Amino acid sequence: MSDAAAPSASRLWDLANPTRFLNLAARLIPILAVATIAAFAAGLYMGLRAPEDYQQGSTVLIMFIHVPAAWLAMMCYSLMAVSALGTLVWRHPLADVSVRAAAPLGAAFTFLALVTGSLWGKPMWGTWWVWDARLTSVLVLLIIYLGIIALARAIEEPSTAARSVAVVTLVGFINIPIIKFSVDWWNTLHQPASVSRLAPPAMDAVFLYPLLVMSAAYTLFFFTCHLMAMRNEILRRRVRTMRIQAAAGGSAADVR
Amino acid sequence: MRALLTRELRLALRTGGGAFYGVLFFLAVVSITPFAVGPDLKLLSTIGPAILWISILLANLLGLDRLFQADSEDGSLDLLLLGPHPATAVVLVKCIAHWLTTGLPLVIATPVFGLLMNMQAPAIAAVMATALVGSPAITFIGAVGAAVTVSLPRGGLLLAIVVLPLVIPVLIFAVSATHGAVADPAPFTAPFLLLCALSLFFAVLGPLIAAWTLRHSTG
Repeated sequence: MSDAAAPSASRLWDLANPTRFLNLAARLIPILAVATIAAFAAGLYMGLRAPEDYQQGSTVLIMFIHVPAAWLAMMCYSLMAVSALGTLVWRHPLADVSVRAAAPLGAAFTFLALVTGSLWGKPMWGTWWVWDARLTSVLVLLIIYLGIIALARAIEEPSTAARSVAVVTLVGFINIPIIKFSVDWWNTLHQPASVSRLAPPAMDAVFLYPLLVMSAAYTLFFFTCHLMAMRNEILRRRVRTMRIQAAAGGSAADVR
Repeated sequence: MRALLTRELRLALRTGGGAFYGVLFFLAVVSITPFAVGPDLKLLSTIGPAILWISILLANLLGLDRLFQADSEDGSLDLLLLGPHPATAVVLVKCIAHWLTTGLPLVIATPVFGLLMNMQAPAIAAVMATALVGSPAITFIGAVGAAVTVSLPRGGLLLAIVVLPLVIPVLIFAVSATHGAVADPAPFTAPFLLLCALSLFFAVLGPLIAAWTLRHSTG
């Protein structure tokens, strides 16, 4: 068993060397970027060619933007939780970079999901916002993302920041199912079916395929941005180290 | 451990009546509410439980940033963590002391403020009961936030931002239990028991995580 696990584990540890990671990122980013553009082109083309829904008219097209964003918002948090575990358990140096790079992306996707959902809700439900269980939990997710970003920015010392952010990310991850459950409870208590929820009909292939292609495009886009953000974070840290060294050298020269 | 508890309680009670800031804050929030929504007694009695619970939540969060900070500044936190007792137990005792000096006065003050909000006896009793079992959960979740922000000069606001979304379940179950006690068809026992479960769950998880964080961030 250890034989099978060893190569992949050591490959993961090879990446702990930032230079190797930067080399890999430099090779992967163009490929991912091209794939993203291709997938978006295909998805948008398929999406725009999809027929209008008999009930929702052309607003059904918002789904191709909205649903993948919501999926990515959740996937991004799962990725952050795994990375946070990587920081705390294995002390992988890149795990913290990954959490830091993913948080703004996750917040952006969550925000996009909320905004497009709101735009979709106006013609469909007749209101920009309802305190529906699902909407509310996505809003809470956005607040959690923003809190993590604020925390990551507030702590100067990188290693302390890494552990603190990882702890909060994991506590949030444990808490998200509880929040989801309690919000469901709260909603059924407060407004029993006053808003006619959009009952998703069994989706036709005409809508399903563009949706899947768009999801693939979003995922590729996420990984492209994530790699770029990680690269930037590594470079930013190098700049910081160099500055500190330069400052230390300068003051030493002054003393002499 | 008992010595630590007495020390914590004495510190909280003797340093300028710090324990009563929470109650004062509670009073302030409750008394500005009628200015915002109008002096309509019927409306106040409807939203009273919600207002009381929001005030309890905020008053609990208010003092949390000092939970470890004062000890961290004068170095006694390091001493406590290096001492013979497990760090988790130290954190647990500090949480209990904090709750006794912040959460419990709020619970005791609840009936007075309930009368201000024109609430009936069952509603007041329900808010007291939920505050009694629910506010420890806030302290224990907040302990994680306090441990994470311990080294920050202005951690209080950040602590509130990080902790608030995590305590939403506490608020939901507390208010729905109160609602259940007043309105007949809604259940009281189920959300009340869930609230107890949340407190117990975070009583285990909170000190563990907070102690881990403190050991690794100060060490």
